[in-house]
Amino acid sequence: MSREVHNGPTDDNQARGTDTSGDAEGGEDAIALAQLPLDAWHRARGGRMVPFAGYEMPVQYEGIMAEHLWTRDHAGLFDVSHMGQLLFSGEAFDVALETLLPGEITGLGEGRMRYSLLLAENGGIHDDLMLTRLPAANAFEIEGGAIYMVVNGATKWDDLGVLREFLPDEVVINHLDEQALLALQGPQAVTALERVVPGVSALTFMTAAAFEWQGNPLWISRSGYTGEDGFEISLPGDAAEAFADALTAQPEVKPIGLGARDSLRLEAGLPLYGHDLDLETTPVAADLGFALSKRRREQGGFPGHARIMAERESGPIVKRVGLIVDGRQPVREGAMVLGSEGSEVGKVTSGGFAPSVQKPIAMAYVPLALATPGTRITLAQRGKVHSAEVVAMPFVPHRYVRKG
Amino acid sequence: MSRYYTEDHEWVEVDGDIGTVGISEYAQGQLGDIVFVEVPEEGKELTKGDDAAVVESVKAASDVYSPVSGTVIEGNDDLADNPALVNEDPEGDGWFFKLTLSDPDEIDGLMDEAKYAAFVAKL
Repeated sequence: MSREVHNGPTDDNQARGTDTSGDAEGGEDAIALAQLPLDAWHRARGGRMVPFAGYEMPVQYEGIMAEHLWTRDHAGLFDVSHMGQLLFSGEAFDVALETLLPGEITGLGEGRMRYSLLLAENGGIHDDLMLTRLPAANAFEIEGGAIYMVVNGATKWDDLGVLREFLPDEVVINHLDEQALLALQGPQAVTALERVVPGVSALTFMTAAAFEWQGNPLWISRSGYTGEDGFEISLPGDAAEAFADALTAQPEVKPIGLGARDSLRLEAGLPLYGHDLDLETTPVAADLGFALSKRRREQGGFPGHARIMAERESGPIVKRVGLIVDGRQPVREGAMVLGSEGSEVGKVTSGGFAPSVQKPIAMAYVPLALATPGTRITLAQRGKVHSAEVVAMPFVPHRYVRKG
Repeated sequence: MSRYYTEDHEWVEVDGDIGTVGISEYAQGQLGDIVFVEVPEEGKELTKGDDAAVVESVKAASDVYSPVSGTVIEGNDDLADNPALVNEDPEGDGWFFKLTLSDPDEIDGLMDEAKYAAFVAKL
């Protein structure tokens, strides 16, 4: 038995677009891997550790399927401490960030979050990220205003290079590499977290505020990467174990690995950098138009503005769509989309068996003519042809708790 | 009746010149939740080491190699509707296919249960 075709976030190099297989057992030359604050905690709970983004991380505990379904029904605790947490402060930090990101930052209210993209000169995507404008009361002891940003783990060092190169020296970048980051996701996340940190239920989707737990400052947002209601909690690394214990002591909460994180985000229709997004994809082709705010579209001043606006006008050549595959066999990243002549016209960028849908699903880039929901599509994988249908995403309805 | 194992974690149970093939308890544990299995069709000629079946977990697809040479006489149809059988009973009801051995001497190159247990213990 071999393991040779893979996808999902189990690979140190995938987000750099290198051609390696993300072996769930970490079957690649291990470079020196770093340990995260919860390393021993995961092992003590039976976490199967694999190399990912330069760290050893738990891909699963009891099993991906059970963890996935637990999160949809109850609450799952994810360690996402590998992700980069950055602070931007100093003179006109928000104006400066707008030169690299296409979203509304100067007009972003305190405690409000936005999804955004770090763009390359040609409109390609260096990374996707979340940013928040910090209020005076924040957990990071920073005064005079700042933007808190969370970027992908595998790309954080490259991102820092780009940010440092293009932002003026007056903007201070603080890499919070001592901070842990935990995500508590699922319909019972609010019940469990409110018990541990009273007051969090007042947050609504895409807002954040400072809290405290046993003398430790917490920065908590109501956001996540599963399509469920939930929270992301930034806290000092040396408090992470005790806090994770407090959360998993709640009957609603179980620890969840990276495997289920990937299947949950796929069902939620959320792209994964290094797979569904990279330097070759533009925000328009990736169907992330919502990240381009109206004022910024009109005024420009971000990398690739002209190309992105032209693409919005004429339509992209290919577009990211969701697929439900016929039958039961998963069609995964790397499979080809075939045109009527049998030639390759697009590619599958993420795919797998969807535990909550009980069908194989995928994301793919297909020519605009094939991108309408309901269109039948032919795929080829390892010499075998599969049929699929283009569907609107998400595959599982989002259950975010929005304001009023 | 005796059972032999490969270093790739397939097993073959030999009864006369008929072999039943599957993957080991260790292999199903490594794979995790199995969501799809493709077994070979009756009549397929297999040489030892050929790709004989495909097993897919939530995370990955793997090829299953034939531990011996022969002609397939039956694939396990139950796995199409219930691939989780491989997780539940990998060395029983979760078998993949049966074949007529063309070269029974091939089993001399395989591990018996005790050897395989020692092999897995070292992984």
